[in-house]
Amino acid sequence: MTEHTTRPTPLPTQRPTPFDPPVELARLRGEDPVSRLAYPDGHTGWLVTGHAQVRQVLADPRFSTRNEIRHDPSPGTDVTAPPRPAPRGMFLSHDPPEHTRYRRLLTGQFTVRRMRRLTARVEEITEEHLDRMEHQGPPLDLVEAYASPVPALVIGELLGVPEGDVDRFQRTVAAVSRVDSSREDKMAAFVAMQDFLKRLVDDKRAEPTDDLLGGLVAGGELEEDELTNIAFLLLGAGLDTTANMIGLGAFHLLTHPEQAEALRDEPDSGPRVVEELLRYLSIVPHTLRTALEDLELGGHRIRAGETVTVSIAAADRDPKVFPEPNTVDPHRSAGGHLAFGHGIHQCLGQQLARVEMRVALPALLTRFPTLRMAVPESEVPTREDMAIYGVHRLPVTWGSGSG
Amino acid sequence: MRVRVDRTVCVGAGMCVLTAPEVFDQDPEDGRVVLSEPVPPPALRTRVEQAADVCPSGAITITD
Repeated sequence: MTEHTTRPTPLPTQRPTPFDPPVELARLRGEDPVSRLAYPDGHTGWLVTGHAQVRQVLADPRFSTRNEIRHDPSPGTDVTAPPRPAPRGMFLSHDPPEHTRYRRLLTGQFTVRRMRRLTARVEEITEEHLDRMEHQGPPLDLVEAYASPVPALVIGELLGVPEGDVDRFQRTVAAVSRVDSSREDKMAAFVAMQDFLKRLVDDKRAEPTDDLLGGLVAGGELEEDELTNIAFLLLGAGLDTTANMIGLGAFHLLTHPEQAEALRDEPDSGPRVVEELLRYLSIVPHTLRTALEDLELGGHRIRAGETVTVSIAAADRDPKVFPEPNTVDPHRSAGGHLAFGHGIHQCLGQQLARVEMRVALPALLTRFPTLRMAVPESEVPTREDMAIYGVHRLPVTWGSGSG
Repeated sequence: MRVRVDRTVCVGAGMCVLTAPEVFDQDPEDGRVVLSEPVPPPALRTRVEQAADVCPSGAITITD
């Protein structure tokens, strides 16, 4: 076992293409899948880039997700703000037993069967947006017209956000998740969001509704702050993630027309294509854990208190698990990818995300057989600055014009 | 092949149902795993093994 094998390096962030993770991650993985990482606040922790080791960390209860003991590896991190404990109900940042209690109240709402029953409604919502796109005419921004609003309406409806409030809600989410906005703007967005959700919870208490949040309110097990925070977590998690998979997935398909063609010709391949895009794009590039005690990982001694950055993007390109990892191959078995994480925090809404992607991507390509990029690939603004990767805008066109 | 599930560690992610729906189901109330086929036919072995492998909480064990 070694204590320090290499000099700690900062987290690699430079992507070679809009679709590939930093090349440096593959180099590190080849050298040693567990390496030293220098954090902007001065902490020296670890970076994990191998599939097996990432799985190991995420499944090990000796690693905590708690905010207040972790160090953030992102270059833009505000090192003057000490991390605070996550409030009650924000169970993504809780360890058991708090995490277990909240998650168990929700898992029945997100089962495979229940999510598949939403397919028809997701189809209706996508068709409405495709109609609107046709009416508006080319060129347009696919993120604004399709990739963002479809998941927003779906998760909003599931939880019970009135349709008229979804636009305002979506703007608030975007403001909260901006990595580069000022601390004041972020705080203001956060407060606006809390107010919105608190009112929603109050409304449901006054007038019970048959939706997820209405059910939690009626269940009587949770107090107002817990309900508000759970709603915050679920809505935030349901919007940006799926929206970016649809946006970046469409970007990939439009710049690889043979793959778009294959999906159009073979609608049955939809689920496999979606699974492969999840692996290949891994839009949550990394997640964080902090060791609660001294332990061993990949031949290294991890000390209690050290933060481990697990690179999902690197793990999902690990050639030991996915041969020719940098190729999109819908025929491969992409099962075992870590795009939704692993361990007890694995994405609660993943079956909803699958339904949305399986509907939204083929429907888009089928409705607009001549859909193509309206600008060169290099001019598409990517979300290098965001916690969830994707594209800010995706200008597209269709028909016979040059757009 | 005999399959066992541990509902106390299950986190209801649904990966088993997605991978081997003939063998695994989810309780509609709490979303946790329900074993519908404790002794699956040999033809399902590969997918049952995959389900055990991708289970995020290690709730599935296979004994021969």
